[in-house]
Amino acid sequence: MQSNLTHQLQGENLSCIRDDRELFANLCFAVHTGQVLLLEGKNGSGKTSLLRIICGFREPDTGAVSWCGEEIPQSQYYSDMAYVGHLDGIKKELTVNENLRLSLALGQPGKLTIQQALGKVQLVGYDDTLIQALSAGQKRRLSLARLLITHNILWILDEPFTSLDKQGIVLVEELMAEHCANGGMMVMTSHHDVNLQGVDVQSIRLS
Amino acid sequence: MAMFDAFTAIVRRDLVLAMRRRSEIANPVLFFILVITLFPLGIGAQPKLLQAIAPGIIWVSALLATMLSLDSLFRSDFDDGSLEQILLSPYPTSILVLGKITAHWLTTGLPLLIVAPLLAVFLGMPNESLSILLITLLLGTPILSLIGAVGVALTVGLRRGGMILSLLVLPLYVPVLIFASNAVEMASTGLPVTAQINILISMLLMALVLAPWPTAAALKMSINS
Repeated sequence: MQSNLTHQLQGENLSCIRDDRELFANLCFAVHTGQVLLLEGKNGSGKTSLLRIICGFREPDTGAVSWCGEEIPQSQYYSDMAYVGHLDGIKKELTVNENLRLSLALGQPGKLTIQQALGKVQLVGYDDTLIQALSAGQKRRLSLARLLITHNILWILDEPFTSLDKQGIVLVEELMAEHCANGGMMVMTSHHDVNLQGVDVQSIRLS
Repeated sequence: MAMFDAFTAIVRRDLVLAMRRRSEIANPVLFFILVITLFPLGIGAQPKLLQAIAPGIIWVSALLATMLSLDSLFRSDFDDGSLEQILLSPYPTSILVLGKITAHWLTTGLPLLIVAPLLAVFLGMPNESLSILLITLLLGTPILSLIGAVGVALTVGLRRGGMILSLLVLPLYVPVLIFASNAVEMASTGLPVTAQINILISMLLMALVLAPWPTAAALKMSINS
């Protein structure tokens, strides 16, 4: 049902000042269903700060972010979005299954079950493995599995390809394309070239 | 109810985590036992004096043991990004935070309650005041966890927040200490303690209602650094 509606994430006149340095000013963007917004720029150009503003962690120094015409923070936005940042948000003393079950409890159930999602990210059979025993790439795939099991429309991803191998990158790109084809949208930063087949990608270069 | 499920999921997760890092639970209890057992050694063979100061000793130790355990409340969640995920949940942060505080009390406050009777006997506390001691601990330690949570949430983003945390939180702990140890002392002389207990109950209810909101707001601020 959700895929018939169009959703929109909009940023208007955003600017961010950190320690007396202006990272960006008067930034405007709009992302619609099926689209990807790719943020580019060198280290320290404010990509992560912009993502954190979009998440609502940080208030922009001017301007506002709105979701479907309503300014964030608002409760509907938080049930429609999911964020995977630099930090995995995964507890290393818990098992794969326990971690995913908590994410599920904190959100609303999505299209896939935990087992199906583990299949998608090629972690089948790791259910009862402690996170400590996983490699960095596997952890990254697990944090992306979180996006699959909960209901969400907007994915906000900060360097999603970090520590993934070539196969992993292809896998994640497939998941992203599938998400966008099914009425989702994304905002992401990446140092890698992103190869998304048949997806409308806009990029913003921060300098 | 989905919100209640989220609350119980947080409590369950933190309890499982506590079981897997046992030293973290053992640390405050061990501290509590050690401090209390050192007092008779320091004071020497003066059972009357020991008996007189027993309520104070137990309560001061409980207070310091709780202080010692506070930092672990949000530290690991802050460091590994779980806190971001909690804040992004569509459920009210204050409810989820209350889940974390509940788990914190179950792993640090409750063990104190369990070992306290033994230590009270050790200090020669009269039997009449034993039940009152347990009641004050039952009412008082959750208040310590609730008030402490606000302080930890404010300081979790600072690298060396320990000192500021004690300065912030200890003054707020003083009323609990006064009413609780006074109740135990009065009970040992056979006087009624209803007033103190009622005040502790009202403090607990107030902390239960008022502490989760500022904690949630402070966490949002800390994550922004």
